Amino acid sequence: MPLPRRNDPSLTFRHLDWPTIIIYLIMVFAGMVSIYAACYNFDNASMFAISEFSGKQLRWIGLSLILGLIILLIDARMYETYAFPVYIGLMILLAITPFLAEDTKGSYSWIKFGSSMSLQPAEFAKFATALALAKLLSGYHFNLNASYVNYLKAITLILVPVVLILLQNETGSALTFLALFFVLYREGMSGLVLFAAFFAVVIFVVGIKFTETMILGMPSGEFYVMLMIMVVMTGMTVVYSRRLEVGRNLLLWFLGVGLVEYILSLCGIEIPGLAVNLGAIAIACVYIVFEAITLRRPKLYVSALTAVLSLVFMFSIGAAFNHLQPHQKLRIEVALGIVEDLRDAGYNVNQSKIAIGSGGFFGKGFLNGTQTKLKYVPEQHTDFIFCTIGEEEGFVGAMIVTLLFLGLILRVIKIGERQPSTFGRVYAYCVASYFIFHFCINIGMVIGLCPVIGIPLPFFSYGGSSLWGFTILLFILLKIDASRKTS
Amino acid sequence: MRKNYNLEKRKYIIGGFIILIGLIYLVRLFDLQINDEQYKQSADSNAFLKKTIYPSRGLIYDRNGELVVFNQPAYDVMLIPRDVHPFDTLDFCQTINISREQFDKRMADMKDRRLNPGYSSYTPQRFIAQLSVEDYGRLQEKLYRFPGFFIQKRILRQYKTPTAANVLGNIREVNKKDIERDNYYAAGDYTGDLGVEKSYEEHLRGVKGVEILMRDARGRIQGRYEDGAQDVEPISGRDLRLSLDIKLQQYAESLMVGKRGAVVAIEPSTGEVLCMVSMPNYDPTLLVGRQRGENYRKLVNDQSWPLYDRSIQASYPPGSTFKPSQGLIFLEEGIIDTKTTFPCTGGYVSGGLRVGCHPHGSPLPLIPALATSCNAYFCWGFKSMVDRRSKYGTSAKAFEVWKNHLVSMGYGYKTGIDLPGESRGFIPNAKYYDKFYKEGRWSANTIISVAIGQGEILATPLQIANLGATIANRGFFVTPHVVKEIQDTVIDSKLLERRYPSIEAKYYTPIAEGMRAAVTGGTCRGAAIPGIEVCGKTGTAQNPHGNHHAVFMGFAPYDNPKIAIAVFVECGGYGATYGVPIGSLVMEKYLTGTISPGRKATEELMLNSKVYYAPPKKK
Repeated sequence: MPLPRRNDPSLTFRHLDWPTIIIYLIMVFAGMVSIYAACYNFDNASMFAISEFSGKQLRWIGLSLILGLIILLIDARMYETYAFPVYIGLMILLAITPFLAEDTKGSYSWIKFGSSMSLQPAEFAKFATALALAKLLSGYHFNLNASYVNYLKAITLILVPVVLILLQNETGSALTFLALFFVLYREGMSGLVLFAAFFAVVIFVVGIKFTETMILGMPSGEFYVMLMIMVVMTGMTVVYSRRLEVGRNLLLWFLGVGLVEYILSLCGIEIPGLAVNLGAIAIACVYIVFEAITLRRPKLYVSALTAVLSLVFMFSIGAAFNHLQPHQKLRIEVALGIVEDLRDAGYNVNQSKIAIGSGGFFGKGFLNGTQTKLKYVPEQHTDFIFCTIGEEEGFVGAMIVTLLFLGLILRVIKIGERQPSTFGRVYAYCVASYFIFHFCINIGMVIGLCPVIGIPLPFFSYGGSSLWGFTILLFILLKIDASRKTS
Repeated sequence: MRKNYNLEKRKYIIGGFIILIGLIYLVRLFDLQINDEQYKQSADSNAFLKKTIYPSRGLIYDRNGELVVFNQPAYDVMLIPRDVHPFDTLDFCQTINISREQFDKRMADMKDRRLNPGYSSYTPQRFIAQLSVEDYGRLQEKLYRFPGFFIQKRILRQYKTPTAANVLGNIREVNKKDIERDNYYAAGDYTGDLGVEKSYEEHLRGVKGVEILMRDARGRIQGRYEDGAQDVEPISGRDLRLSLDIKLQQYAESLMVGKRGAVVAIEPSTGEVLCMVSMPNYDPTLLVGRQRGENYRKLVNDQSWPLYDRSIQASYPPGSTFKPSQGLIFLEEGIIDTKTTFPCTGGYVSGGLRVGCHPHGSPLPLIPALATSCNAYFCWGFKSMVDRRSKYGTSAKAFEVWKNHLVSMGYGYKTGIDLPGESRGFIPNAKYYDKFYKEGRWSANTIISVAIGQGEILATPLQIANLGATIANRGFFVTPHVVKEIQDTVIDSKLLERRYPSIEAKYYTPIAEGMRAAVTGGTCRGAAIPGIEVCGKTGTAQNPHGNHHAVFMGFAPYDNPKIAIAVFVECGGYGATYGVPIGSLVMEKYLTGTISPGRKATEELMLNSKVYYAPPKKK
């Protein structure tokens, strides 16, 4: 039996992951139709007219398919080989972009080609960073946990595009790269980091949101955070000590303190809640340190450390929050529901909620949406494209799109897990991470669960850069996957 | 490379995380799109500008098909506060001829929720009502310069003749109560006030239409929603055909000029009101347009009460016009027959009581008693009934029987005419006197004045005209009504039913004969019309406020009557002075269409005579 050629197109197509391709095609064409609906202006221009956004998107889709085909025809090993040069090239491009770009709504991220076309290098930095990270982590004998230097390398790879894009004033795109921490987690980074990040967000939200009411002489937000710290402490102590009785002691201690506070407050006696709670946590920390020494479980220190750091973080939020720019502060406050500003910062979210909410179960029907068409929803064909789907296709349409994204992400994870090479797996997880971030943030902001961060919904939002960026990202993965058996 | 199975498990955590997020989003979407109705409403008010299209109000014709009330367009300047952008205020003020101060005041008033409870910056608000055609024309040209402003066409009334304001009523802007009572109305709408405009409001107003326009986030109109498929066409109000003869109404009003009082004429067989005059009257056009408020205030403050519809709202003592109903009751109760006579010794004298009467033959039976309007006859009759303990037990019981007969004839309660504000008149019951004189301490003589339509007895001119109609019909009446037909529907069947008083039909004949005799040789000779057998009864109602009220009740012709009438002239003196001539002239005009040459002088006299009314005493 003759050995197959290393890069035989017929083999590539035989091993291509068709479910992903099908989801991809459904998404881009559904996206184009939605763009047509979003910009439909009652004068019945054709969906395919080049003057329409949908027509333009069709052109981008066509070019994307060609681009995808080219990617599939390139030898998979090229991507691994040229990962760093591509990354470096894109980083240089990102660095010089602000000098080439014109001011577009305050951001300097678009490079113009000719009169009608402009591209956003930030979108292409995604696949480059993914390739570079995959290359780094798949290095011979590279082990993340072997040395902090390795972490430093990986985090630097991620942070370079973040900083460069922040310099272009494109906060949304920049934050996207932080999703790559999921990849680091999959590759061995302690879950504590993700947990800490998550816990920090929770403390931040709760601490800022509940500042109006007071419990036991302190803002209720701080009270809730302290409660959570106690719960987390107890949980971590049980996990790390592997002794239930240690956790039980802590639990009884906290419950006892809580009960005394509760009874005293019922009797109308004012107690310095902050001091009492801090004292309770401090005593618990001392107890944990004691157990750590007697049980010889140094990991228990983490439990105490978490409590201390969380408290420090909580008290520093206020100061940090006040250092944000006013519009960022406002966006956060609106997203958390502290400020009800339906005219300015909250306008977008409120209008998009109205548009989606008015869709009902089956929607108003294709081209029958009123909110999106009458331009109540801003950026309706780009970042807020999901509104049009929600309004015109209703819950059914919105659910299908949500399930398509879940399907795509899970499929990409599945592809990643079946890769024989670390390179392929890491790359796949990078792709999944980007999709997770875009899906969570974009749909989350449209339905009012996340602050408004201007990032597109992959394959749906209008725009060549985003479509091309995600297409390249996905098709490189498909190529790597298709050639996994030959390498 | 060795696979790390411990780390591979993390795919479940990452996968689980994204599935969890997906579920949270689906729940949120379900909540937004299916659970919460609020967003759908917000979407509608956001995107749809619902423009009301006002239907044309029903027209009003008289019984002969002559147009009486019609519509004229008026133009309100409206604005949606949210859509108003800075504009050249001075130019605007000059265009519609208002001062800057008026402009500011209007703006402030509009936004004051106490004055304008429906204020919202999202909905159309009225800025100026009823622009003149010239101002409208100028503003229409420049309207594009004033974003947020638009012109709302409305319907106002116009009148062919300044007649019958009391019957026609007028239209006014709805108030807060109207809006609360009936959700058809929105602020700035018009509704009927007084007259048929009020009682037939629901027929006249029609159904409002809606034009649904789409508006974008900047308030610009983007076209019609679904090309107008969801629009609702307005449905014009129904036209009314009145039973009034507007020419007769005008004629009767002209006869009443200079006097206060009422003329009500009814077609006996149908209960249709032929004319219904209340004097002093007013020109209904006063209550149209921007001057309405000021004119209305003037009318309200007018000491002669022009807004008070004397034909149905005023209660007068009916005086001798009450006697025919008395005769009917005595006949029905068997107190008298047509041959029974009572003496009249210059009046009724009993138990130290004397009710005066004018000179005539004595004793008299019923018919001559009616003809001469003998007070004594009806006092004796009343006494023999109320004091007949052998039949009724007590005076109180007898009085209740007497009262119930009167009520069945239409006294003491609203007749149910299709006009708002009708008064009941007043017929006392036994309890009333029990309270007044103590139980058992009163008898016929105590209350004898009611026997001749004085004392506590009060009736509206309409009730007396209805009495005429009942006698003309020889025993029934149809609820008087002023609307004969409603376009595309029928009038209330209650207005068509015959109502039979508790008096046998045969007893009406002698009463009608008595009224005929009054015209041929009694107190009513002035009512005679050549060639027509007129029946009539005068009344001279004593009036504590001044001279007697002149009253006339009659019908014609004797057989197959075509018109029954009641005339009240306040302080007009003897019934024969003003009541009889006016009543007979109206009947003659209606029956023959003209006034016979022999009566021209009477007509001339009535047209020009005036009754002097002392200004009301200051209290």
